[in-house]
Amino acid sequence: MTMLEVKNVSKSFGGVRANQDISLNVPEGSIIGLIGPNGSGKTTMFNSVVGYHPIDEGNIRFEGQEISKLRVPEIARLGMLRTFQQTRIYGEMNCMDNMRISAPDEGGGAGLRHLFSSVSAEIDEHAEELLDFVGLHSKRLLLAGNLSFGQQKLLEFAMALMRKPRLLMLDEPTAGINPTLINGLIDRLRRANSEFGITLFVIEHNMRVIMNLAEHIYCLAHGKMLAEGPPEEIQNDQRVVDAYLGAS
Amino acid sequence: MIKNIAFVVGLLLSLAAPYLFPTYVTLLAFVWLMVVLSLSWDIIGGQMGYNSFGNIFFFGIGMYVSAVVQRDMFSSGVDRFADVAGGVAVRLSQSEYFISLGVGVVLAAVICVLAAILLGMAILSMRGHYFAICTLGLGIAAGEIASGIDYIGAGSGMVTPIYPEGAGSREAFYYYYFFALSVGTFLLLSKIYKSRFGLVLNAIRDDEDKAEAMGLHTTRYKTIAWSIAAFVLGIAGAGTGNLVGFIDPIDVAFTGATFGVWMILTVILGGKGTLWGPVIGAVIFYATKEFFWTYLLGWQRVALGLLIVVIVVFFPTGIMGWMRERWPHRFGERVEEAS
Ligand SMILES: Nc1ncnc2c1ncn2[C@@H]1O[C@H](COP(=O)(O)OP(=O)(O)O)[C@@H](O)[C@H]1O
Ligand SMILES: [Mg+2]
Repeated sequence: MTMLEVKNVSKSFGGVRANQDISLNVPEGSIIGLIGPNGSGKTTMFNSVVGYHPIDEGNIRFEGQEISKLRVPEIARLGMLRTFQQTRIYGEMNCMDNMRISAPDEGGGAGLRHLFSSVSAEIDEHAEELLDFVGLHSKRLLLAGNLSFGQQKLLEFAMALMRKPRLLMLDEPTAGINPTLINGLIDRLRRANSEFGITLFVIEHNMRVIMNLAEHIYCLAHGKMLAEGPPEEIQNDQRVVDAYLGAS
Repeated sequence: MIKNIAFVVGLLLSLAAPYLFPTYVTLLAFVWLMVVLSLSWDIIGGQMGYNSFGNIFFFGIGMYVSAVVQRDMFSSGVDRFADVAGGVAVRLSQSEYFISLGVGVVLAAVICVLAAILLGMAILSMRGHYFAICTLGLGIAAGEIASGIDYIGAGSGMVTPIYPEGAGSREAFYYYYFFALSVGTFLLLSKIYKSRFGLVLNAIRDDEDKAEAMGLHTTRYKTIAWSIAAFVLGIAGAGTGNLVGFIDPIDVAFTGATFGVWMILTVILGGKGTLWGPVIGAVIFYATKEFFWTYLLGWQRVALGLLIVVIVVFFPTGIMGWMRERWPHRFGERVEEAS
């Protein structure tokens, strides 16, 4: 079943045509990759999907519902989250508080009472489990802003898991992460998919990582869809190879 | 333990202050007012990271709402008015005075909350400097508008009802009014900041885009925070009109140049986004200000200006921020090895 469907989406910034007539599908339960040279329009695609900016043309559907006119928090509450390429965490709060505030609202009904009560012990426990899952448990009482860039990426990933999304969109999750830790991260992404049942849509610049992780890959170049297919096919696609060589 | 003893001693001293230092009662009432204003400013300015220069707006609205209720609730006849310095005031019986004051305070708070909700929808979507400048305009505009409304005395101001005889000293009454408001506000905020809402405010401060991307109802939460501040400011304004006895639209009600700025400086001095910072900052700032007014007469404003520069330059994170940098462990920041 299709979870996210992007159909003929275009987006320009002034004269820059960042996305032209892009279509893609993310089936429920899958891990889908999005690659392409720098500036090819990958982050723009993510921003369009999560409602960060209005799109010029096309349709975006999440679980059958048209979302291209919804605002960022509304889309997030439908169960679709994104992480940021430049990493965004709450710097002056400690890691535990970053996790606590990422727990989902318990529905509109609980309302003000829920808002003004303290965070429950179950949430604290779950937060600690997930911090442990990404290897940050011992750092949980440090201010998030004092962590290294790579650790902040891991924290941001854990925060997203805390929110229990149905679809998680990750913008270059391994960029800036110590190479010795990348395999561990790939493993965790896979487990998030298989154990927590989260569908993943991953932008990745590192070819080795995405070939290992994704079951289907889309490749952008100059804002257009260049190729798509399973990893082996993409890896040997001459157009993709040329696009990457030409860009570097 | 020592902390608790200090707390109890402070509390008892504060309660006994009108008897121990009778000549300073009004001054001490103003210190508590300063504490209330600082605590309320920090909700938006410190915890939520929205620098507002317009909180004085709610202070002034509260002051006028209560004063009008107190003036008009029981008196329609001219016989009830008496000449006092600055204009005519209403003379009320003891019960009339306190009933109308009670109604006035409640109404002041309610109207300020409503105003905060309406205004919030209009300006809380702005960020950073845009929000700050917009709120600055709010206080100034309100003062000008109030100066043109005859019903509230226009530019020549309004006198609050005469404090009834046989009800003790007016100064002492309002001292306790502001003392209770300070303690109440402090306890309310300490509870709020420990709740999920406290985390919400800090998240908005640290990265509002991230908070939105995580699905938080940021607009709703910002409006609630702004309303809580307005609630407290409305009550503070209602009391201040009566403590001063005379409401000038620009020098007492929408007094952006004094209390409006001071409530920000005290928080910077004490430490933004902390519970105790605004309290400590308010007391130190007000004491210093009084010292200048008493001993540096003629130069008091220059000295105060210099003090402000010193605060901003040397204590950018305030007293609490400075302590946190020095002793992060005491504030709970530490690495814990997995056991
Ligand atoms: N907000 C924006 N305003 C103007 N131009 C933008 C904006 N965002 C992206 N672009 C442009 O769109 C193109 C695609 O950028 P981006 O989507 O970030 O690429 P990628 O993530 O693949 O590296 C670039 O030329 C970039 O400069
Ligand atoms: Mg990018």
